[in-house]
Amino acid sequence: MIRHLSKMKLLAVAAALPLAVTACGGGSSPNTPPPKLTGYNAATTGIVNASNKPGGTLNLISSGDCDSWDPARTYYAFCWDMQRLFERTLMAYAAAPGAAGTQVVPDLASAPGTANADATVWTYHLRSGIKFQTGAVITSQDIKYAIERIFATTVISGGPTYVICLLTTCNASGASPYLGPYGAGHPSLSSIVTPDANTIVFHLVKPYSDWNYIMALPGSAPVPAALDTGAKYALKPVASGPYEFVSYSPGKSASWIRNPYWVRSTDPIRKALPDAISLLIDSNPADVDSHLLAGTADVDIGGTGVQSAAQAKIVTTPALKANADDPTDNFVRYFTIDPTVPPLNNKACRLAIMYALNKSDLQLARGGDYAGKITGSMLAPNIAGFDSTFDPYPNGAGNTGDLAMAKQELTACGHPHGFSTHMAYINEGKSVKVFNAAQQALARVGITLLPGAGQASSYYSTWVGTPASIVQHNLGMTQYGWGADFPTGVGWWYSIVDGQAIAVSGGNSNIPSLNDPIVNNDINALEKTTDPATRASLDHQIDVEVMNQADFAPFLDEADLTYRNPRVTDIYIQGSFGIYDFVSLGVVS
Amino acid sequence: MTAPLEVQGSALEAQPEAVAIAEGHRIEGRSLGQIAWMRLKRDKVALGGGVIVVCLVIVAVLAPVITALDGQSPYAFHTALLSRDTLVPFGHFGGISGTHLLGVEPTSGRDIFARIVYGARVSLIVALGSTLLAVVIGVFFGGIAGFFGGIADTFIARTMDLLLSIPQLLFAIALLVIIQAAPGSFIGLSGSTLHIVVLIFVIGGFSGPYIGRIIRGQVLSLREKEFVEAARSMGARSPHILLRQLLPNLWAPILVYSTLLIPTNILSEAALSYLGVGVQPPTASWGQMLSDATSIYQVDPAYMLVPGLAIFITVMAFNLFGDGLRDALDPRTIR
Repeated sequence: MIRHLSKMKLLAVAAALPLAVTACGGGSSPNTPPPKLTGYNAATTGIVNASNKPGGTLNLISSGDCDSWDPARTYYAFCWDMQRLFERTLMAYAAAPGAAGTQVVPDLASAPGTANADATVWTYHLRSGIKFQTGAVITSQDIKYAIERIFATTVISGGPTYVICLLTTCNASGASPYLGPYGAGHPSLSSIVTPDANTIVFHLVKPYSDWNYIMALPGSAPVPAALDTGAKYALKPVASGPYEFVSYSPGKSASWIRNPYWVRSTDPIRKALPDAISLLIDSNPADVDSHLLAGTADVDIGGTGVQSAAQAKIVTTPALKANADDPTDNFVRYFTIDPTVPPLNNKACRLAIMYALNKSDLQLARGGDYAGKITGSMLAPNIAGFDSTFDPYPNGAGNTGDLAMAKQELTACGHPHGFSTHMAYINEGKSVKVFNAAQQALARVGITLLPGAGQASSYYSTWVGTPASIVQHNLGMTQYGWGADFPTGVGWWYSIVDGQAIAVSGGNSNIPSLNDPIVNNDINALEKTTDPATRASLDHQIDVEVMNQADFAPFLDEADLTYRNPRVTDIYIQGSFGIYDFVSLGVVS
Repeated sequence: MTAPLEVQGSALEAQPEAVAIAEGHRIEGRSLGQIAWMRLKRDKVALGGGVIVVCLVIVAVLAPVITALDGQSPYAFHTALLSRDTLVPFGHFGGISGTHLLGVEPTSGRDIFARIVYGARVSLIVALGSTLLAVVIGVFFGGIAGFFGGIADTFIARTMDLLLSIPQLLFAIALLVIIQAAPGSFIGLSGSTLHIVVLIFVIGGFSGPYIGRIIRGQVLSLREKEFVEAARSMGARSPHILLRQLLPNLWAPILVYSTLLIPTNILSEAALSYLGVGVQPPTASWGQMLSDATSIYQVDPAYMLVPGLAIFITVMAFNLFGDGLRDALDPRTIR
């Protein structure tokens, strides 16, 4: 999942935070109001301004529109969070602060899916009384149809496509024999079976222990076949959740009112307090911050934090800082160091770069102390098996670089006076600052870093997104950030280090084209096992092997400074998105 | 043969410098250059502009010497001087101190004075280079169009109109984005040198028609003059007339309009750097500093003021000097 416009792949939230969950309001006598939790960073651990009072209009704001409001076609973290307002899925993330929010719980399903012995057949039973905004009852056939349309990639493009090669056998280039339900005669996918209106069974082509997480992706939201408008569905998706669309102007605004057919007793996840929700899309991020600070907007849904001017104002004004949070967004910021670009084919040259980098300056370039925590591990903090002490290439005193080791490695690789290579980066904002910091740090040992600037619109798809482009443009290093599409070892590792995930034609996330049999085998083992201890140990093992290759130089576990309007109630950071849980918010009317 | 000029009365008042009257010497006429120089010397504002221009050129040429004396490099980071919470320098006015005369940049801590001095280099090299290119293109094509007329004139004049109506900034951005994506070196140049050369060609190419149209107009009127006819009747061929008769008479408008073109080109380079397609990091550029400053000016206004003032003073100086030069060379008040 993509975090925001120019970032990639989604993140799941900080599970490593100690979860002192306070003030959830449960367990007290009915006459005691829930204790009011407030203050800086309060929303990362508990519910702030808990009230449970319905009513009012929630005013959301964003500096960018969603890539798509069609549940099958969106890949932005904040859009997946927004989908919870009007769509329900088989499984969904719990509406609770802290680590509890990273668990998937049954949503349309009455219980988590049950798997057979080798995790190839998954069965779900639906709740009763669930309806679309049209009043029609939601059946297993609607869910089957929704997943079938994901296969029609020429019409339904964008969005995660895990289901395609798990429900059918894809050929060598990743294409499936089933092309979706839009063809003549409405071809049906035989690996999804609906024995009755309330049961759905998935037959996978290989063992996959994370199928419940796949069913928490927005694409499993039911779509009524009669109302599917194909590529235009994004303009007005049919709601299964507590709110339905009233209007949507692409790039400008959207608004929702209550879905009269949503039954609260069937939905343990969604509070749905406000009577109406509005979204203003303001293309200027600095303007968004002004709205927030002035109180004319409630929450910035983008989740990437405030800009530098607002940050400076917030951290120096105690009254404002009390309304701010600095949640981890479970992205890791790193550089790839590509062995397909000489002289980086020599591991010692790659190690020289890793030791010479100045992680403290890189942190500053990303936004200083509020931008996250310096790291030496390629595993995100929310994934089981994360070890915060794992740092195979320590970055010297104060994380400013280990120049002695760097020079030693340079001699070992045959370039004692340094060498030169290019770094790919997006030509705007923080990416330029990170490039400057890296360039300056490497210059200390004689490594010349030349700019390989790319445009935001094509950076991930083609500039660094094809192995051929990396070689052609001599992009020895690239700037990258990654967050898992779902918070498991497979969700984290597969796309960035598995040999099978290398996408030659575009949109590749395994930038250095790593194809290490040990890593590939470990990821296969992860797909098969459900035992938590084994999974944690495999996750860490892959971290050790990947760092051993020296193709990745992680430097930051990212966080974003966000601001909440004091009039918002029941607000907390949703663990799997790293953003406020929109469907739980209320307002003081 | 005319009689010696008797200058008296109102004519003398009208053109006092047209004549040099020294005690007891013959009255003799002054050349255009001498007249212009005298008038320029009297124009204090223009002289002020000229002095600033000369100072800027000296600063730009001696940039490495100045920064060595100051002891600061334009590329070294000084992150200890920045707050890690707000990313802005400690202290007032962006961290001005004895070591950092104009403060340091937010987020990186680089010395602003050193970067301004090196930025002057980039601005002046690109502006002067592109103006020179514009003059060469303009004089060449404008001269041919004005002198030969006919098909050459139609073709050249319409091309110049076309170039003038293309949105320069948008086209430059598109072109520079393509160049950025190109492989490392091109005709033996690479890195910042390549970017500066490309900038000179792009900006100079687009400002060529501006000079070209003016020169074309001048040549159109000049070719009807008697001295051209006289030269032609004595058997002079076109190249000779162009080079030896017309060009020497064009130096005044060339000088004036190129001096007025320089500030426009400085602003073009600043605009392109502001938009991120100018010179590449870590080369310092005033426009790029301004671009960085816009996101943080509310908490560090000094960082926006310094490059902004630098651009303003440079452009103002060239404009004032160019205006003074044009007034001094104005043909309406000189015979």
